Amino acid sequence: MPVRVTIPTPLRSYAGKLDSAEFSAATVGEALSQLTTRFPDLRKHLFNDEGKLRSFVNVYVNDEDIRYLANQSTPTKEGDLISIIPSIAGGCSR
Amino acid sequence: MAEAFTLRISDELAEEVRALGAGTYPDECCGALLGREDKESFGAASREAGAKDSCTSRSVMGLFPLVNRRDDSPRNRFSVTSEDVMEAEKAARIQGLEVIGWYHSHPDHPARPSAYDRDHAWPWYSYVIVSVANGTPLDVTSWRLNDDRSEFVPEGIEIRSRAEAGR
Repeated sequence: MPVRVTIPTPLRSYAGKLDSAEFSAATVGEALSQLTTRFPDLRKHLFNDEGKLRSFVNVYVNDEDIRYLANQSTPTKEGDLISIIPSIAGGCSR
Repeated sequence: MAEAFTLRISDELAEEVRALGAGTYPDECCGALLGREDKESFGAASREAGAKDSCTSRSVMGLFPLVNRRDDSPRNRFSVTSEDVMEAEKAARIQGLEVIGWYHSHPDHPARPSAYDRDHAWPWYSYVIVSVANGTPLDVTSWRLNDDRSEFVPEGIEIRSRAEAGR
């Protein structure tokens, strides 16, 4: 199923300056896998060393956060928009 | 060789960042930097090399203060939710700007990014940190995460008068 994945500004330099890309995918996980296959430099900023989405990487299918759906197993259908939205965190000490 | 990054900001906005840090002390303040990349600053060497991030300077044109969502540990942590990020991006768009980075304060700590800052950082953004000691704002620094996430690269801050900053 063709779906579109939006690429947030801080990652566009690793994706040929694209703000989105289209993939044929049945799940969110498939779409993200294809995204990082096409643009390998994105992988370290989206996934940790264990291959899990970093905590500050938020993924929505249309307007729904995948954490409230089936995470990366969330099925997708033609025309869905997968948005990668940053959250920001930090602090002065470990 | 990496090109030096520069963050341009008016003295008025720099003082506002310092005041925001002092205002929330002893808790960390946080917010978005609204601005734009300085297109004329694309370095020649970067263009030739096809460097991923070829724009070396950007200008802060406004701030978008946000609520620190880490109410469980606000003295040494800050958090901006994805919804807050979208609000900041909307505010930037309305002004014809974009979110170019984030500021936060370090109460009673140096204005240097911590390991926690690095672990949670995004590339490309400018991360401005203001150190606040006993309620008094001190150093203001800016940083960008490098491509392999191993460290923050310091970003030079160029403070201009309001007239020079074009506001």
